[in-house]
This record gives sequence, structure tokens and C-alpha cells, in this order.
Amino acid sequence: MKALVFLEHYAGELEKGGLGALSKAASLGEAVGVVLGPGASEVAARAGAYGATKAYACEDDVLASPLPQPRVDALATLVQKTGADAVLFAASVLSADVAAGLAARLDAGLNWDVIDLSVNDGELVGKRPALGDTVLVDVGWKGGTKLALIRSGALDPVESGGVAEVELFETSFSDFATLAALVEQTQEEVTGPSIEEADIIVAGGRGLGSPEGFTMLEELAAALGGAVGATRAVVDAGWYPYSTQVGQTGKTVSPKLYIACGISGAIQHKVGMQGAGTIIAINKDPNAPIFDFCDIGVVGDLHQIVPKLTELVRASRA
Amino acid sequence: MKIAVCVKHVPDATVHKRIDPETKRLDRSGESTLNPTDLNAVEEALRIKEAHGGEVVLVSLGPAKASDSLRKALAMGADRSVLVSDDAAAGSDLLGTARVLAAALEREGADLVLFGQASSDGDGAVLWAAVADRLRRPMISQVAALTVDAGSITGKRQTEHGYDVITAPLPAVAAVSDAINEPRYPSLKGIMGAKSKPQESLALADLGVAAESVGEAGSQTTVLELGPPPSRGNQITIEDDGSAAQKILDIVLERRLL
Repeated sequence: MKALVFLEHYAGELEKGGLGALSKAASLGEAVGVVLGPGASEVAARAGAYGATKAYACEDDVLASPLPQPRVDALATLVQKTGADAVLFAASVLSADVAAGLAARLDAGLNWDVIDLSVNDGELVGKRPALGDTVLVDVGWKGGTKLALIRSGALDPVESGGVAEVELFETSFSDFATLAALVEQTQEEVTGPSIEEADIIVAGGRGLGSPEGFTMLEELAAALGGAVGATRAVVDAGWYPYSTQVGQTGKTVSPKLYIACGISGAIQHKVGMQGAGTIIAINKDPNAPIFDFCDIGVVGDLHQIVPKLTELVRASRA
Repeated sequence: MKIAVCVKHVPDATVHKRIDPETKRLDRSGESTLNPTDLNAVEEALRIKEAHGGEVVLVSLGPAKASDSLRKALAMGADRSVLVSDDAAAGSDLLGTARVLAAALEREGADLVLFGQASSDGDGAVLWAAVADRLRRPMISQVAALTVDAGSITGKRQTEHGYDVITAPLPAVAAVSDAINEPRYPSLKGIMGAKSKPQESLALADLGVAAESVGEAGSQTTVLELGPPPSRGNQITIEDDGSAAQKILDIVLERRLL
């Protein structure tokens, strides 16, 4: 199987999600990276270290802004040029739009929220949790190009130490694809890893009591080398930025460790974090729903436990 | 300004959702309702209409009983609805759904097409991008604030890294996030008035969509097997007696999570 893997880059670095998809594709067959935008060829060369034998780069200025529609044109060109069997994407705001646009363009099947891929009897099979992760579905593709959108954090990048040959390619753009234009970009101040990339997330909900409660979580996250997440309730209340929202209407994350502090565990939040490796819940209400789907349930006052844990973590790492 | 809002009839949040093992499709026999985040798209359309004048048309693909959900959005203030309901369209994947909606939207020729953030049953949150490609229109997604003027829209898109402000000429497609507004509750007058608003029902043939290009026949994806999710294994419960922090750290270190 020959798979193109769409690799997003930000601030000169390839994003971890795409590299995870690339490593998986390399384990199943031939993995080919695709990097788009000015400066792409330099960034694309790094895909070799994660299993790509080849990486295509298009440096067209039209691809300078992170807008999906011109990227559909570029990928459609490349699918035709390479005859790839599959195109893989790591879920993000941009990639989801590119994947669905490409599906419509190529009349190709798209499976989303995929957490793993395998090849059975020569056919690509995806694993996809559905209905709030109460069911695990094996999904397939009928024919044509197979498109998959991988759940954020589901696949880890594996360093193989290889080298990818970078090839520049040109594409034309559909008339409608270049009509939308980026007029302004505001970056939120983020210290430490983003929640999609972090191996450890410390998340807070209403049980924190006030916006100031997040300072305590930031300290614990910093000690652990992790990121801070938030529930929809506290984001809606303006306690913490939307970019950290975990849940149905926020990010879906799969860190190795998720520490939920003062989070009741509403379904809206659950669907965004239940893919985490180990879930530790700290809540003073022993009847909070989160205790039904965590690995370690701690009944107690987070204002006592969290600062103490931060100290202990610092001491153990010193 | 003519605004079309794509909405979906989904199983109610209180219904235990299950996939029928026979058809491998979602069992839609229980209580259903208007997809919650579609309310934000309807609300945004109504606000644009209030500011600029025009018409708000609801467009949906679903079973005949989806007309109940459409009536709820009509009660909020939408002017009329178009429901594409056809047995042949049942089981459509992204491609089939996009094909049908694009055909219905072409027929309406709206200046602006709005979508909500995600359906509570399918969770794909990608449909607008497929529809925009079929309609060959510019598209902005994850819009947390939208402004409309004479010939264009400007949307503030929420991303992993912050906000992007994107502008696009009309006609265009926009998908709004649930942070964009607080949907209104229908007034009693709105509820009474909704009963007499036009609710059109169309079959695939009315839109010139071939039955074999949608539904299960037109799907390019398949569901092979259903299984239980991986079990979380044994749960540990700790009652804090002052030593919980140490116990947490011990477990984290033992499991090599640091």
C-alpha cells in the first residue's frame, strides 16, 4: 500500500499528529509525506526520520495561508500524479476540511476519528470508536482512493532514522479555491506543549471554584512537562481559553496521562478524553460520573491534593 | 440576503444510542431532535436576516419525521424548510450526504450556506467542506464570530494555535462553532406560527440525484465489524487522607508515565 500523508507544519516544525500517521503508514507499506506552502521542501526533508521514503513539497505562494481549499487542489494533483492508494490526515481544524474537500473532489471514501490502521488480506482497515466511544467499529473502504482522518494523539511518531527524497511539484488551483483569504492571524500565548501534542494533560472543570484555580493546574502541568486542558463549562465561563477545550465541541485528545481536576465527567467532556492512556480523576463528589470511566479515582479536595502533588513531582524530578 | 442553514435530525441526547447489528447503521427508532449545535447556525442566520433582511431556509436530509425537528427551527424564526427524504438515501456516507445537500442547495441558490459545529450522532464535523467543494464555493469553518456585508463574509476561525480572520466573497459556505452565539428559545407565537410555515419535502428524483449514487450503494466507506471498546481494566479508588498526592505519584512512576 502506498499512502500519502498530509503533514502540517507550524513555525518551521512538522506537527506530531502527521508524523504519527506517517510512522503508521510506513509500518503498513510505502509512506510518502506531503508538505505544502513556502518553505515546504526544507521541512519535508525531516519526514524521512519518521518513515517516509519520499516527500513531496509544493512551495506555491497560494499555499502560504493555512486555508483548506487550495490544499485540496494540491493533494488531488498529487493523488493523480502518484497513484497513491490512500491519503492519511491527522485531525486538526485545517486537515479535517482538507480531507473532506478531497473526498468530494475525488469521490473517495473518508473515515474519520480513526485510532488505528491495519492491512487485512491486502485491504486497509481502520478502527474507529463511535457513539461516545461505547462501540469500537472496524471500518473499510470500497475502492478508489482511501482517505482517513486520524484522531488527535492516537498514533505516536516512531523515529526510524531514514532519509526521504524531497521532490517539488506544481499544481493549478480551482477558481473557487482561492477566493477565501486570510486577513489576520492571532496566536494565543502558549507555554509548553499544546494539548494535542502533550503526553500529559492536567485538565480543570467547575470544581476548581474560580479562574485562579488554573494557576495551580499550570504549575502541576509545568512540573510534569504537560499541558493544561479545560472543560466546556469553564471555557464558556471565560476562565480559560477555547484552544484548551477538551470535549465534543473542543479537542479530542489521547495523552498517555490525563489528570482531571474538579471535572464531573459530562458526556460532552468524556468523548474528548476517554482515549487517554491512564485517567486520574480528582473530585470531592464520590458520585461524579467521571469515577465510572477513570483508572484512578481520587475522592478528595483538589485544592489540597494538587499543590502537594506538584511539590512531590518537582522533588522526584530534581 | 438568502441564507440556507443545513440541519440534522438526530437521536435525542437522553436516548441510549446503539448501532443495529444487522444493518450496522445507527438505530434511529427512538426519540429524535434537532442536532444541538445546529441551533447556533439557525440563530446566526436569524441575526443576519434581522440585520440585513432576506430569507432563512432550512435544508435537511433525513427521514420523514425530521419535519418535527425542522418545525422547531421554524419556531425560532426560520421562514421555510426543505427536507430531502428518500429511502434510497438511508445509510449515505459523507459523499452521498454531500451530494444530496449540494443538489438541494444548488436549487435554492442561497447567498450564504451555514452549518453547525458537528452532529451529535456522526461526529464527523467535516460535511461543510465536502459540500463547499461540490458547490464550488469558498468556505470558512470553526467560525466563532461572523460579519456579513454587501458582497462578502468575514469569519473568525478558532484553530489549535489561536484565531484566524478569514474573508470570502458571497456566495459562500460557513460552519459556525457553538461559541458564536446563544440560540434563542422559540416564543409561543413562534411555535404557533411555525405550523403554517411552508415545509417542502423532496425525493431524490426531484433533485435529479441518482439513487445509486447515494445511500449504501453510493457509499465509498463500509462498516465491517462492531465490537466493544477496550476495557479500562481494574479501577483504583483512593479516599484522600492526606496521602493521596503521594499515592498518585507512586502510581504514575510505577506505570512509567513520567
